[in-house]
Amino acid sequence: MFAGFDFDVIQRSLPFLFKEGMTFTLTLTAMAMTGGIVFGTLLAMMRLSSYALLNVPAAIYVNLMRSVPLVLVIFWFYFLVPWIGGWVIGAGQPIQVGAFWSSVITFTMFEAAYYAEIMRAGIQSVARGQVSAGQALGLNYWQTMGYVVLPQAFRNMLPVLLTQTIILFQDTSLVYVLSIVDFLGAAARIAQRDARLVEMYLFVAVVYFIISYTLSWMVKRLQIRIAIVK
Amino acid sequence: MRRLATVFAALLAAGAIAGAANAQQPTGTLDKIKSTGTITIGHRDTSIPFSYYDDKQQVVGYAIDICMKIVDAIKANLKMSKIDIKYNPVTSATRIPLMANGTIDLECGSTTNNLERQKQVAFTITHFVTANRYVAKKSSNIKSLNDLKGKTVVSTSGTTNIKWATEENAKRNLGMNIIAAKDHAESFLTVDTGRAVAFFMDDILLYSLVATSRNPGSWIIGSEAYTVEPYGIMLRRDDPAFKKVVNGAVSSLYKSGQINAIYQKWFLKPIPPKGINLNVPMSAQFKKVVGNPTDSGDPKDYQ
Amino acid sequence: MKYNWNWAIFWDPAPDGTGIYLWWLVSGVGWTLATALLAWVIALALGATIGTLRTTPLTWVVRLGNAYVELFRNIPLLVQMFLWYFVLPELLPKALGDLLKQMVPPWASFWPAVLCLGFYTSARVAEQVRAGIQSLPRGQRMAATALGLTLPQAYRHVLLPQAFRIILPPLTSEFMNIIKNSAVALTIGLMELTARARAMQEFTFQVFEAFTAATLIYIVITLIVVYGMRRVEKRVRVPGLISAGGAPMAGH
Repeated sequence: MFAGFDFDVIQRSLPFLFKEGMTFTLTLTAMAMTGGIVFGTLLAMMRLSSYALLNVPAAIYVNLMRSVPLVLVIFWFYFLVPWIGGWVIGAGQPIQVGAFWSSVITFTMFEAAYYAEIMRAGIQSVARGQVSAGQALGLNYWQTMGYVVLPQAFRNMLPVLLTQTIILFQDTSLVYVLSIVDFLGAAARIAQRDARLVEMYLFVAVVYFIISYTLSWMVKRLQIRIAIVK
Repeated sequence: MRRLATVFAALLAAGAIAGAANAQQPTGTLDKIKSTGTITIGHRDTSIPFSYYDDKQQVVGYAIDICMKIVDAIKANLKMSKIDIKYNPVTSATRIPLMANGTIDLECGSTTNNLERQKQVAFTITHFVTANRYVAKKSSNIKSLNDLKGKTVVSTSGTTNIKWATEENAKRNLGMNIIAAKDHAESFLTVDTGRAVAFFMDDILLYSLVATSRNPGSWIIGSEAYTVEPYGIMLRRDDPAFKKVVNGAVSSLYKSGQINAIYQKWFLKPIPPKGINLNVPMSAQFKKVVGNPTDSGDPKDYQ
Repeated sequence: MKYNWNWAIFWDPAPDGTGIYLWWLVSGVGWTLATALLAWVIALALGATIGTLRTTPLTWVVRLGNAYVELFRNIPLLVQMFLWYFVLPELLPKALGDLLKQMVPPWASFWPAVLCLGFYTSARVAEQVRAGIQSLPRGQRMAATALGLTLPQAYRHVLLPQAFRIILPPLTSEFMNIIKNSAVALTIGLMELTARARAMQEFTFQVFEAFTAATLIYIVITLIVVYGMRRVEKRVRVPGLISAGGAPMAGH
C-alpha cells in the first residue's frame, strides 16, 4: 500500500515546515488565546451585567459568532478589516493590515465568543457569598471581580479553557483558505510543488495528533491536580 | 458598573466624531509610501516565471524585477533614501480584493488587464501578452474544445480563464464540469492525478508548469488560442499621481531597452528552481507593446 | 478608494447560465444542508454505538472506543478532509482509487465531505453519549440487573432513553457544529454556501453583499435549528428527570 511513496520529502522539508509553518501556527494560537480570553472575559462580564446597553450587544456578538462558520469569519476579516479599520480611525482609504494581523484579529474575535461562554459559566460558578463578602469588605465592583471572583473563576474553568485552546490550535489550520503559510499551508505548498500529497498530508496529520494528544493528556492531569485542592 | 457604561458611551461617541470629521481626506499611494516608508508588493507563489518562490523560498520573477525598477523610480520621485519592501502573497482570487482594501500597493504577477477589471483597479503598461489555452495529458487524446464535452476540467479561481470557461460552457452547451482550484499548482495537480482532463490557463504559465513538471513529455498544450491576455502590474484606481510615476518607470524601461535584458533573464536563460530554460522568444504582439507602450485593457489593441 | 455598493447584484445573471446569483446561494444552501444532514445520520449512528460501547464493562471494547475518539478529536477537521479527498484514493488499489477520482464533481467532493464530517462528528457524539450514560445514577443499571434484564436490554430500555434526553442540548450543539463545519468542505471543491458566496465575490467583486447574504442565511438556519430542537426537547421531556445544565463543554 505504501510502495512508490517517497517519505524522504518530509525530511528535506522539515526546516521549512517547522521554522515557517509551525512557528506561525504556534504564534497565532498563543496570541489568539491571550486576546480571546481577555476579550472573552470582558464579554462574559458584559453579559452578566444588569445594563441592557452592555448585555444585549454582548449577547448579540456571542450568538452571532457562534452561528457562523469560522471559514466565513476568516473571509470577512481578511477582506473587510482594512475597510473597517480605515473607517474607525477616519483615514480616507482602507488601512493596511496584512495576513498575519488579519488572522490574529479573526481568531481572537471568534474564539472570544467561545471563551466568553466558558468564563460566564465560570463566573457564575463562584459562590454568591464571595461577592457579598467582597462588598461587605468595602471593595468596589472592579476590585471584587479582580481580586475575588475572576481568580476563582479561572481556576474552576482552567481545564475547559485549555481544551478550547487546543481546539483553537487545530482551527488555525483553516488559514489555508487564504493561502497563508501555517503548518498545514507549508506542507500543502511542498505537497503541490513536488506532487507528494500522501506523504505530506499524512505527516501533518501525525504531527497534529501528537501535539493535540499530548496537550489534552496534560490538561487531564491538570484537572486531577486541581480537583484535589478543592 | 455605571462608570463602565459611561466609558463605553464616550468611546463610541469619540469614534463617531473622529470618523465623521476625517471622512473626506483621501490620500494617494505616494503619500502613504512617503509617510510609512514602506511599500507592500503582492506576489504569486507559482506563476512561473513572472512571480514565484524559488527553492530557497525567496520571491523572484520577471514581474518582480520590473517592480523593483518601479520601486527605484518611486524612490527617486519621492526623494527617499530607502523604501522598505514588504511582500504579501496573493492568489488569483485574493489579488483584487486585497488591492481594493489597501493590503497591497502593487501587484506584480500575471494579472490580465481587461476593461471589466479596470472598474475595480488600475493597470500600468502591459509587460507580457499571452493567450488562453488548455493543457492535457497526451494520453487523454484531447484535440479540441469539443473533445471536452461532458468531461471534467479545472481552472484557477478568480482568473479570466475560469470566467471564460464558465461562460463558454454555457454558451456552447458543452456540459463540462468545471473545478475551481485555489492556485495554479493545485490546478495542475488536479489534472496530474486524473481528477480533471484539462486545465485552462494562459499559455506561458502552462508552458512553464509543463517544463518544470516531473514528466514534461507527457503533456500537450492545445493549439487553439481562445482569448488574448495582456498582463499588467496592478495598482489602485483613482490615483493619477501614482499611476504617472509607475507608467513612467515602465515606459523608460521599454524605451531604454533595459526590458530586453530582463526578458532574456527569465525567458531565454535557465531559471530557478530547476535551472530550466523556457526558451520563449519575445512574441510579435509584445514587441509591438515595447515599441509603443500601452496600458490598454482592450484585447483588440493587441492583435 | 471607495467601495461600490450594489445590492441589486443578486438579481444579475450568473456567468454559468444557471440563473441569477441568488440561485447560486440557494444551491449552496442546498448542498450545505444535504452534506450536514447525511453526515449527521452517520455521526449519530456511529457515535451512539461507540459511546454506548465505551460504557460497557468490556475493557478492550472500551479501549478501542477511546482510541477511535482520540484519533478523530486530535486531528484538525481540515486535515481530515484532505486525507479523505487526496490521500485515500492514492492508498487504495489502483482500480478503486481511479474509480474514486473519476467521480464527477460535485459528487467527487460530496462523498468525501460527508464521510469526513460523519466520522469527525461521530467521535464527538460518542463523547456526549458516554458522558450522558455515565451521568446516570448507578442505581439505574443495578435496578435493571435486579429486574433480570440482560445488559443489552438494560441499555435499550433503561439507560439509553434517559441518556438521550439528558444529552439533547449538547447534541443540538453538535448538529449546529456539523452545519458550520460543512463550510470546510469548500477546500475540496464542494460548492456549499460559503463556497458560493466566495465564487460570487470573485466574479462580481461585491465582497460585502456576498458575505452578508451568506451570514444572514447561516443565522437563519441556526435560529431554525435552535427553535426546532427546543420543541423536540419539550415533546420528549420526562417530568422529574432533571437534565443538569452543567459547565459548557469546550468546542464549536
